[in-house]
Amino acid sequence: MSRPPQDPLRLLEQFGPTLHYLPPGGWRTDVEPDRRVDTHCCFCGQQCGITLEVKDNQVIGFEPRDFPFNRGMLCPKGIKRYLQGSHPNRLLHPMKRTDQGFVRVSWDQALEETAAKIQEIQARHGKDSFAMLSGVSLNNETSYLIGKFARIALQTANLDYNGRLCMTSAGAGNMRAFGIDRASNSWADLLKARVLFVIGSNVAECSPITTDYLWRARDAGAKLIVADPRLTPGARTADLYLPLKPGTDSALLMAMLHVVIRDGHLDEAFIRDHTVGFEAVRAAVASASPAWAEGITGVPAAKIELAARWYGAAETGMILHARGLEHQVKGVENVLCCANLALATGKIGREGCGHSTITGQGNGQGGREHGHKTDQLPGNRSITDPEHRAYIAQVWGIPEPELPGKGLTAQEIMNAIHAGTIKGLLSICFNPLVSLPDANFTREALARLEHYTVIDFFLSETAHHADVVLAGSLHEEDEGTSTSAEGRVIKINAAVTPPGEARLDWKILLDLAERLGRGRFFRYETSEAIFNELRLASRGGTADYSGITWERVVKEQGVFWPAPQTTERGRAATRWEDLDSAHPGTPRLFEHGHFYFPDGRARFNAVAWRSPAETVDEAYPIWLTTGRVVSQYLSGTQTRRIGALVDQYPFPRLEIHPRLAKALGIEDDQWVTVRTRRGELTLRSLVVATIRPDTVFIPYHWGGRLSANLLTQRALDPISKIPEYKVSACRVSPATPEEAVAGRQAEAEAFRTEPLPSEVALEDRRKEVQG
Amino acid sequence: MERQFFIDPVRCIGCKACVHACTECATHRGRSMITLEVMDRATSTQTVPMVCMHCENPTCAQVCPADAIKRSPDGVVQSSLKERCIGCSNCVNACPFGVPHYYPEIDQMLKCDQCYDRTSQGLKPMCATVCPSEALFFGTLEEFRARRRGEPVNEFRFGRQSVRTKVFMVLPDPAPLDVACVPADSMPDARFDAECYDHVALPIGGVP
Repeated sequence: MSRPPQDPLRLLEQFGPTLHYLPPGGWRTDVEPDRRVDTHCCFCGQQCGITLEVKDNQVIGFEPRDFPFNRGMLCPKGIKRYLQGSHPNRLLHPMKRTDQGFVRVSWDQALEETAAKIQEIQARHGKDSFAMLSGVSLNNETSYLIGKFARIALQTANLDYNGRLCMTSAGAGNMRAFGIDRASNSWADLLKARVLFVIGSNVAECSPITTDYLWRARDAGAKLIVADPRLTPGARTADLYLPLKPGTDSALLMAMLHVVIRDGHLDEAFIRDHTVGFEAVRAAVASASPAWAEGITGVPAAKIELAARWYGAAETGMILHARGLEHQVKGVENVLCCANLALATGKIGREGCGHSTITGQGNGQGGREHGHKTDQLPGNRSITDPEHRAYIAQVWGIPEPELPGKGLTAQEIMNAIHAGTIKGLLSICFNPLVSLPDANFTREALARLEHYTVIDFFLSETAHHADVVLAGSLHEEDEGTSTSAEGRVIKINAAVTPPGEARLDWKILLDLAERLGRGRFFRYETSEAIFNELRLASRGGTADYSGITWERVVKEQGVFWPAPQTTERGRAATRWEDLDSAHPGTPRLFEHGHFYFPDGRARFNAVAWRSPAETVDEAYPIWLTTGRVVSQYLSGTQTRRIGALVDQYPFPRLEIHPRLAKALGIEDDQWVTVRTRRGELTLRSLVVATIRPDTVFIPYHWGGRLSANLLTQRALDPISKIPEYKVSACRVSPATPEEAVAGRQAEAEAFRTEPLPSEVALEDRRKEVQG
Repeated sequence: MERQFFIDPVRCIGCKACVHACTECATHRGRSMITLEVMDRATSTQTVPMVCMHCENPTCAQVCPADAIKRSPDGVVQSSLKERCIGCSNCVNACPFGVPHYYPEIDQMLKCDQCYDRTSQGLKPMCATVCPSEALFFGTLEEFRARRRGEPVNEFRFGRQSVRTKVFMVLPDPAPLDVACVPADSMPDARFDAECYDHVALPIGGVP
């Protein structure tokens, strides 16, 4: 049974989160770096360029980098990211759980035990009883490798990834509307738009550098429309703010299309020449009047009219959305409603026109293209399509029937672990105990695993449940590519080598494959060799990287996929050496109305309004929504250890409108308890007039008793299987004295301060390992 | 044309990138010489990044009994000179913009010097380099006017004191800013849409 081996305080003492403030060696003015390494930030899908300064194989600081996307700009996470490598909590060797806690073991023992458990569990319960969960903070090379590793080395169908909690609604919507899953434009096109419509995205905090593009467009005369339940920093200055009720995006978007049609802002020629299915959509929004939508969305009908008129009448316009509308059981439908608007007005495929999701995770774009998903093969191929299967089986050198089929998605894997049908788990780069909804359920599930091996660089909350811990690599320790929110393939350069006995993630997987008797399929000397195989595997798929080389990525400061083959030789190549690299890349998709379906036409998708999975009632009368703060990233495994970032926003707080607070007898900075049908959470209030009075908000980056996901539900979008993080029904009350004490205790146990001066921390520990 | 420093509060997203970047200067040893002011979080997300305004006739230097605060030929007002500063905090109390900060652990006043180490080498100040929204902007007045909205103002009135600064504040109106006469609701976008939730009914009736 996989249970935490010891009490939480001991784990905190041994593995953190420990707040780390100082660069290696402390603040010194007399240090000249050995070298400066141009690379990118790891903390969100924008992938800002940054230069890391290295001394004695440690990252000691950074310098802004004039990369075309961010032109030197960085958010706090980027500025402080350099501190993670020298962190005292960095895992430096493999470990095994014993009754005495986690103890150091050799790589040989750790890998052997993992391989033996995999084989034992699979022999008893079948191949699919062992699952793998992965994540998209990994580079493209490792992401691709994991897709192959799970199918060929583990031979399991049950591989999925944390992008399931992030990008899959946008991905499924994009595939259904356009036949390809990528932001439609490079961000440079934002500057040419006359109207920018941002819905369900707190750009200022979740993708801060995009703020610059919005402002530069506005300097040139663009109007900004923002729809959000909160008056975010972006919404504060918008030309038009739509105060949307959580979970009602599709009603708003349908009403906007209704007005566009009624007022004659359709691009009839575009619809006729480049699309299919408009009449069904016209019928679907025929009764979606602004008055009807006002009743559902809480946005005054006049504002809906104005938004539709601005967007419809403008010569150019772009729609940007993010998790706000994607983290819903209607995630895909909401994305399709955005696509319908863009297609109906012909605002796509030309300068200043497009429809883009703002990818959230570091490699949320590239990591969702090459076989990381349970239903997907490289090149964004389908694992259920016979032709796609045959091609990938040939590239990988296995008989097609040996390629597993479609397995379970991330939440479904956790459900199956809870139900006992999945017995073993290998995970990397995923902290489901913090990031999946209904954390109490996830905790129960993890306790039922027969075996759990984790590959990680810090011991996350989920990793507390592991039997074997393999010390993997950080972003700055490995070389490879990733793909930014724009669809730009960029180069990640290794600044340092992994400390202690920690190893590169992909090399760990190669060793594990060897021990599972499948080593012959995984002969790579370098991660570039993996990329070259990815090129071949992606060729002919919609996410075609075949024309992209590492060399070009560096020289051209990124290449936008798709970059397909331009020659017969390349199209027929069976070895990557025969691929050509002449295609210039595709910064703007869909030019001249060309979409990625066999007939070249985009698809309208009719959507009918439906309610969220859970709606407010007498027992739970208040809407609860969750999201990010600017100083933290995802489940906080990395950013909750960086002192300056933690100090900026140390604990989750409940944002609540003063009118609602007053009615509930709640004052600012007071302990409150939030309850849903899943669980309860005690935290302090932040009484602010910048949120709808029927809605409360909690950021989600914390674990244990501070986790917003104690409250959220496991309701999934039927297509994308994304959980409905953004809409729950809750009740809120002032905390009892006992609850407040428990809340204070939870905060006190959330992190500890650095035990040693930084001058010695990592070096001492390295010597410990070597000694 | 000389590059100037502009503060455009409307664009500020409150991310604190400027403050964190400032701490990274090796000579600051983790201290930020600039601050992010939260205007009134109860009603708005409006924040303002506050760097030294670099006055033409700096009040901080005028009130310094030890003559420890110097202004460079190009108009940058420096931190106090270590050997002269007596740690009296006159400058801290007198600055109309609230910029200088006294550090008891080193018994010295330190403040923003517009990244003299960077600007002297043709680089932009660190805060204006990283700012994700160009709320802090370093460029020529010409460049600013060609591309951006708002009026750069560098004359401020505090009661009977008038101050001209090297740094510009971007305001809706080109007139000198009379700080005592700014109506509370006219400060840049204190809250753009103050009535946006007035129509939303409470989900509960009265105090439960």
